[in-house]
Amino acid sequence: MYAQLVKSEGSKSREDMTPEEIAFQDRIDRNEKIEPKEWMPEGYRKTLIRQIGQHAHSEIVGQLPEGNWITRAPTLERKAILLAKVQDEAGHGLYLYCAAETLGVSRDELLEKLHSGNMKYSSIFNYPTLTWADMGAVGWLVDGAAIMNQVPLQRTSYGPYSRAMIRICKEESFHQRQGYDIMMKMCAGTPEQKAMAQDALNRFWYPALMMFGPSDKDSVHSAQSMAWKIKMNTNDELRQKFVDQTVPQAEYLGLTIPDPDLKWNEEKGGYDFSEPDWTEFFAVIAGNGPCNAERLGARVKAWEDGAWFRDGLMAHAAKADERARAARHAAE
Amino acid sequence: MPSLPDMTTPNLTALASQALADSGHVAVPAPDAGQPEFVEFLQRLGDNCLILGHRVSEWCGHAPALEEDIALANQALDLIGQCQLWLGLAGEVEGRGRDADALAYLRDAGAFRNLLLVELPNGDFGVTLMRQFLFDAFHIELLRALKASADSRVADIAAKAEKEVAYHLERSADLVIRLGDGSDESRRRMQAALTKLWSYTGEMFVDDAVDQAMSDAGIAPLPSSLKAAWDKTVAAVLDEATLAAPAEAWQHGVRNPGGKKGVHTEHLGYILAEMQFLQRAYPGARW
Amino acid sequence: MSSEWPLWEIFIRGQHGLNHRHVGSLHAPDAEMAIRNARDVYTRRNEGVSIWVVKANDITASSPSEKGPLFDPSNSKVYRHPTFFDIPDEVGHM
Repeated sequence: MYAQLVKSEGSKSREDMTPEEIAFQDRIDRNEKIEPKEWMPEGYRKTLIRQIGQHAHSEIVGQLPEGNWITRAPTLERKAILLAKVQDEAGHGLYLYCAAETLGVSRDELLEKLHSGNMKYSSIFNYPTLTWADMGAVGWLVDGAAIMNQVPLQRTSYGPYSRAMIRICKEESFHQRQGYDIMMKMCAGTPEQKAMAQDALNRFWYPALMMFGPSDKDSVHSAQSMAWKIKMNTNDELRQKFVDQTVPQAEYLGLTIPDPDLKWNEEKGGYDFSEPDWTEFFAVIAGNGPCNAERLGARVKAWEDGAWFRDGLMAHAAKADERARAARHAAE
Repeated sequence: MPSLPDMTTPNLTALASQALADSGHVAVPAPDAGQPEFVEFLQRLGDNCLILGHRVSEWCGHAPALEEDIALANQALDLIGQCQLWLGLAGEVEGRGRDADALAYLRDAGAFRNLLLVELPNGDFGVTLMRQFLFDAFHIELLRALKASADSRVADIAAKAEKEVAYHLERSADLVIRLGDGSDESRRRMQAALTKLWSYTGEMFVDDAVDQAMSDAGIAPLPSSLKAAWDKTVAAVLDEATLAAPAEAWQHGVRNPGGKKGVHTEHLGYILAEMQFLQRAYPGARW
Repeated sequence: MSSEWPLWEIFIRGQHGLNHRHVGSLHAPDAEMAIRNARDVYTRRNEGVSIWVVKANDITASSPSEKGPLFDPSNSKVYRHPTFFDIPDEVGHM
C-alpha cells in the first residue's frame, strides 16, 4: 500500500473520550461519512493528513520508475498505454492532494515536506526499473498490491478521501491488466524475454510484499486508524490476500515466485510464504534504497526548475486582474 | 544481454521484412506503390508527430506543476496517436509491408523526415512551450488545408487531428502570452526561447519537389502557402506576449537541406538510440 | 516569494443532459486556466460537454449543524466539497 508507516495518534478507550469524541466515533461506527466542515478530533485530522499526503506523494514519485521507460517503450501502442498510465498517476496524486487540502493544509506545504524529507512515500518506488519487463512487473505486482489496499479505502470514513479513492479505483482498473499483459507477451516470447520477465519478478516480489507495511504485531498505529476507518484492513491480511491472488497468476505465466518456502496451507486456505527482509525495508524508508536520492532529487528539481513558470503565471494573472479593474474604473 | 546493433543499419528493408516475417504478418498487395513522393510526404507528417510527441513525453513526471504534467501527457498522447495514423498510411501507400511501428523503430536518422524544430531538446519549460507554439501554429494551418485533400484517407486523418491540434494551439499560444507578459524572469526566458528557436521556423515553409508533386496531385498544400496565416497568428501572439522575433536570423534547413531531407541535428540520433533500443537489441521480438 | 496557485472547484456536465456535477478540485492561476486544466485533468476519459470552475474561497457553504446539533461547526475554514453547497447563480453557464 502507498501509506506504509503512518503515525497515528494513540487509541482511546470509550471512558476516556469526551462527549464529542464519543458522538464522532458513533457516527463512524454507523458508517456515516465525515465531511470537511464537521467537527473531528485533532488526531483524526492529523493522521489523515499524514496518510493522504503520503499516498499522494507515492503517486507522483511513482510516476518516475515507469516514466523512465516511456521514451524506450518497444512499440507505439505500448508507449501510448504507458504514458496514459503514468499520466493517471499524476492525476491520482492531484486528487489526493486536493482531498488533503480539505483538512487545512495546502498542496505546496505538503510538497515542501516531501522535498525536505519530512514526509515519506512508498518504499517500492526506490527500486530501479532496469528492463522493459519491469513495466510488466510494476503494473502486475505494484499496482496489484496498491489496488488491494485502495479498494477497501473507498469505504473510508472521510468523505473527500473516499471520493478520491472511488475515482482512482475506477481509473486504475486498467493499470494492473496492462502490466500483466506485458508479462504475458514476454513469457510467450523469446527465451531472452522470458528470462527478463522472471528477473523482474525476482527483483519486485519482496519489495511488493513490503508495500503493505510491517507485520501487524509490529504495527503500533493500526488500532486507532482502524477504529476511525481510515485503515480498513491489517497489513498482514492484505499481504496474505495479495500472495494468494498472485501465486496462481505467476503459475499461469510459467514464472517462479522467488521463495523456496512458498507452499499452500490447506488448513488456513492460503499460502505460507517468507517474510521480506524488514531490515532492508527500514533502510529503504530511511533513505538508503537504491534510488532514493534520484527519485527525491528528480521531484525537487522539477519543483525548483518550475518556480519561474508558476510565478510567471501568477504575475500575469495579477496584471490581468489589475487591468480589468482599471478598465471597469474607466468605464464608470 | 545482446549489445545494440550498429545504428547505421545497412539494409532497412531486409530488416523490416525479416521482422515482419518473424511476427507472422503477411505482406499486403501494394495499392499505391509507385508513389514515392506521397510516402515521403506522409513520413514527414508522421515523423513530426512522433518526434515532438517523444520530446513532450520526456516531461512526464518532471513538469512544473501537476496540472501541467497531465496536460502535456495529453498532448504527447495526441501526437503519438496522430503519428500512428500518418505512418500507418505511409506504410500502406508504400506497399512494402511496413507498418507504423516498423517505420518508427527500424529507420535510421537519415530516413527520418521531421522538421529540425521538433527534435530540438526540451530546454527549460519556456523552450518547450515556445517550440510547441511555433509548431502548433504551423501544424493547424497544414491540417486545415489537408482536410480538403484529394485523398480521402488524408482528409480523414487531418479532420481528426485538427481538433486535437486546435486545442494544442489554444494552450500553447495562451501560455506564451501569459509568460511573455508575466514576471520579469518569465518574460526573459520566453524571449530567449523565441530567439533561440526562430532560426528553425523557416524550414516549415520550404517547398521542394515532393511538396510540388503533392500540390499538383491535390493531396496537400504547398508549405509556402501556409506562411501568411502562420505569420499572422505568430505576430498577434508575440505582440500580446510583449515578445519580439529576431529581425534577421539564419534559417536552418532553408538554403541547406534540413530535416525534411533527412539531414538532422545531432539530437535526433540520441532520440532514436533511446526510442529504438529494444527493437534493435532484440530484433523480431514481439512486445 | 512564491505564492501558490489558488484552488478551484470543478463542475462538469456530461453528455446526458444532467446537471453540472462537482468532480473535484485543482490549482490554477486564474479562471481561464482552471477551465483548461479541468479539461485536461477531469475529462481524460469521459468527454464532458461543459465545465464550470469556482474559486474554492468564493464558495459559501451551509452549516452542517442540522445533521448533529451536538457538534460545534468549525467556522475557521471555507470549504469546498459539494454535498452541502449551493452553486452560486452568478457563475453562469459556460
